Amino acid sequence: MTATRQPQTLFDKVWDAHVVTRREDGAELLFIDRHLVHEGSFHAFNKLKEKRAKVRRPDLTIGVADHYVPTRTRALSEVAPDIAGMIRQLDDNCRANAIRMFGFDDPRQGIVHVIGPEQGLTLPGLTMVCGDSHTSTHGAFGALAFGIGASEVAHVLLTQTLWQKRPKRMRITVDGATAPGITAKDIALSIIARIGADGAQGHAIEYAGSAIRALTMEGRLTLCNLSIESGARCGMIAPDETTFAYVRGRPLAPAGDVLDGAIAAWRELTSDADAAFDRAVLLDGKDIAPTVTWGISPEDALPIGASVPDPAAMDDASRASHVREALDYMGLAPGQALDTIRIDRVFIGSCTNSRIEDLRAAASVLAGRTARVPGLVSPGSHLVKQQAEQEGLDRIFIAAGLDWVGPGCSMCVGMNGDLVPSGERCASTTNRNFKGRQGPGARTHLMSPAMVAAAAIAGHLTDVRPLLRSAS
Amino acid sequence: MKPFDRLTTSACALPLASIDTDQLIPARFMKRSRADGYGQFLLHDMRFDETGAPRPDFPLNADAAKRAEVLVTRRNFGAGSSREAAVYALVDFGFRCVIAPSFGDIFASNAVNNGLLPAKVSEADAEEILGLIETTGAAVTVDLHDCLIRFGNRNYSFTIDPIWQTKLLNGWDDLDLTLSLSGDIGRFEQRDQAERPWARLPDRPD
Repeated sequence: MTATRQPQTLFDKVWDAHVVTRREDGAELLFIDRHLVHEGSFHAFNKLKEKRAKVRRPDLTIGVADHYVPTRTRALSEVAPDIAGMIRQLDDNCRANAIRMFGFDDPRQGIVHVIGPEQGLTLPGLTMVCGDSHTSTHGAFGALAFGIGASEVAHVLLTQTLWQKRPKRMRITVDGATAPGITAKDIALSIIARIGADGAQGHAIEYAGSAIRALTMEGRLTLCNLSIESGARCGMIAPDETTFAYVRGRPLAPAGDVLDGAIAAWRELTSDADAAFDRAVLLDGKDIAPTVTWGISPEDALPIGASVPDPAAMDDASRASHVREALDYMGLAPGQALDTIRIDRVFIGSCTNSRIEDLRAAASVLAGRTARVPGLVSPGSHLVKQQAEQEGLDRIFIAAGLDWVGPGCSMCVGMNGDLVPSGERCASTTNRNFKGRQGPGARTHLMSPAMVAAAAIAGHLTDVRPLLRSAS
Repeated sequence: MKPFDRLTTSACALPLASIDTDQLIPARFMKRSRADGYGQFLLHDMRFDETGAPRPDFPLNADAAKRAEVLVTRRNFGAGSSREAAVYALVDFGFRCVIAPSFGDIFASNAVNNGLLPAKVSEADAEEILGLIETTGAAVTVDLHDCLIRFGNRNYSFTIDPIWQTKLLNGWDDLDLTLSLSGDIGRFEQRDQAERPWARLPDRPD
C-alpha cells in the first residue's frame, strides 16, 4: 500500500473488492456473494429453464418463502390454490437446483431481510442481491446490498455476477443524541421527507454520525431498509463493534479463526477521513420528532405535532397537484391536525419493523392497555416469534385485542391475502404508503412500532411519548 | 432484444407524479407467467373502477392511447418495488419509451433490460410536453442516437446513461457477453476464496 492511495468511501472499498472485469463503456462486472430468491423469482427460473441452464453457484443462492406465505395457518392445504402454488413453485425451483432453502415449513422461515441477518447470511463487506427493493436492509452491516429485477435475477443465477455502473455517493450524517422515544423509523422518515422520495436516485447512501452509531443493529436494519424509499438502491453503515457482536455465533456466520480474520478485514471497511462524496446531507438528531406519513408517498411525512399540508398555499404547481391527489385518496382535509386522524386498524410487521426490539417497543406501550381498533402483529420470523412468546409479548398483544399471527410479508404488500379493506385507514409499521399497497383503496399511515401501538390505544394517530412516560 | 433507434408515434400524457410500480402492476396480478401477457393489468386500479369498468377520463382509456408508444409523465416514475412485471405491463400494453423528469433506479434498469427507453427530461420540459399533448396531440419522434425528442417544430433533449444508450441501440442482452467471460469469473472465484475465506457459506448439513 502506498501513501498516495486515493481516499476511498466504504462503498468503493466493497465495490472494488468485487470487480471481476471492466467494460470499455465503464460498466463493471461485480461478483455476488449472496443471492436471495423468493416466490417472485419464478420469472428468472423460467428463463433458466428456457435456456436449459444451471445455477452457477447454488451454494451462494438461498431460497426464502415470504411474500405469499399465509400467516394464519401452517397448512398449505388450507390456502387458496394460486397462493399455495407460488410457495410450492419456489420449493420446486430450489430443489431442482440444489439451493439452500428456508421454506414455509422450516422452523427458521421468515421475511428474507429478517432471516438474512438472523441466520448470519448477512456479513460486512459482502455483495448481496435479491429480487426485492428492500434488499438495501442488509447494508446495515456494511454490505453492498441492493434490489434487482427478474432479468438481473436470471443473470445472477447463471453467472453469479451483475453488470453495474458505479453510482454516485451520498453521505447522510445524523449527529447529536435523539430524544427519548425517537426510533430509527423516525430518523428514516425525516430523511425521506427532507430529500424526497427520489432524492437519492442514482446514489449509494452511507449513513454516518453519532445518532447512527448509537443505533442497535436492528435500528440500523430499519434505517437501511428505507433507503430505497428515498430513491437509493443501497444504503450502508460502516461495521463496528455493534456489528461484530451481532454476527458472532450466528448459525451461518464464520466462526473461530476465520471470524477473527474476517473481523480484522471488516475493521478496514470505513470511509477514509477525506473520502469524497458527491452529495452530503446533515440532520441534527435532536430535531427529530415521532414522524408519520399523511399522503401516498413516503416523502409525505411530518412530525406528529404538525397538520396536513394545504395545496392552496403551495407555490410549486406540481407539488400542489400531488398533495391534492394524496388528500383526495387519503380522505383528509388541508390543515387537519395529524393527531386527530382516526384509524380503523393497525399492522405491526414487515421487513422494516418486525424484529424483536420492534415487538418489545410496541408491547411496552400496549401492556395493560386495550386497543380501540383491530390489528395484526406479524413477527419477522419464526425465531422472532418464539423469542417474543418466551418474553410474554404475545400475551400483551392478545390481551390488548390484537391478532398474533405467523411471519411473512403479510399486510405490508397483501400478496398472501392479509389486506386492509377498501376505504379503511391503517396505522402501519411498514415501508410504503402507496395507493392500494395494503389492498385496493386501503389508506396507509407509516410510523414506528411504538407509534402504531399508541394509535391502536387512542383510535387515532397520536404522540406516543406521553404514553411512554405514564408506562414508566 | 429489439434494438431501439428512432421511434415516431403518438404520445400519451399521464400528468401524475410518483407513479410507483405498485400502481403500474398491483401485486395481486403477479402470479401469471410472462407468456400470458401483463398489458391488461397496466395501471389497473387507475384504469378501472371497483366493478372492473374502464374509467372514461383516465388517459390510458382514450382511443389515441391504444396506439401510443410513448408515455409522458411526471417525476419519480417507477419508484418502489423491484417487480419487473411493472415493465412487462408497459411493454405488453405497447409502450416503448417513457419520458419523465426522474425514474426509480431499479425500474429504469429493468426497463432497459426489456428494451423500454427511460428518457429523462427536465421538469420544465416535461410540463411543456404534457401541455403540447393536451393542446396539439402532435406525433412525437424519439431519437436515441442524438437523445432528442421532437414535437412538431420543437426539440427537447433527454439524458440516459451512455451504457444503457449503447445497450438499447444494439438490442444487447448482457447475458451472452457474461457467459463468454466465464473464465474470468472462475479466476475471480479462485482468487477470492483465498483472500476472503470468511465470505463462503458452510456446507449444507443435508
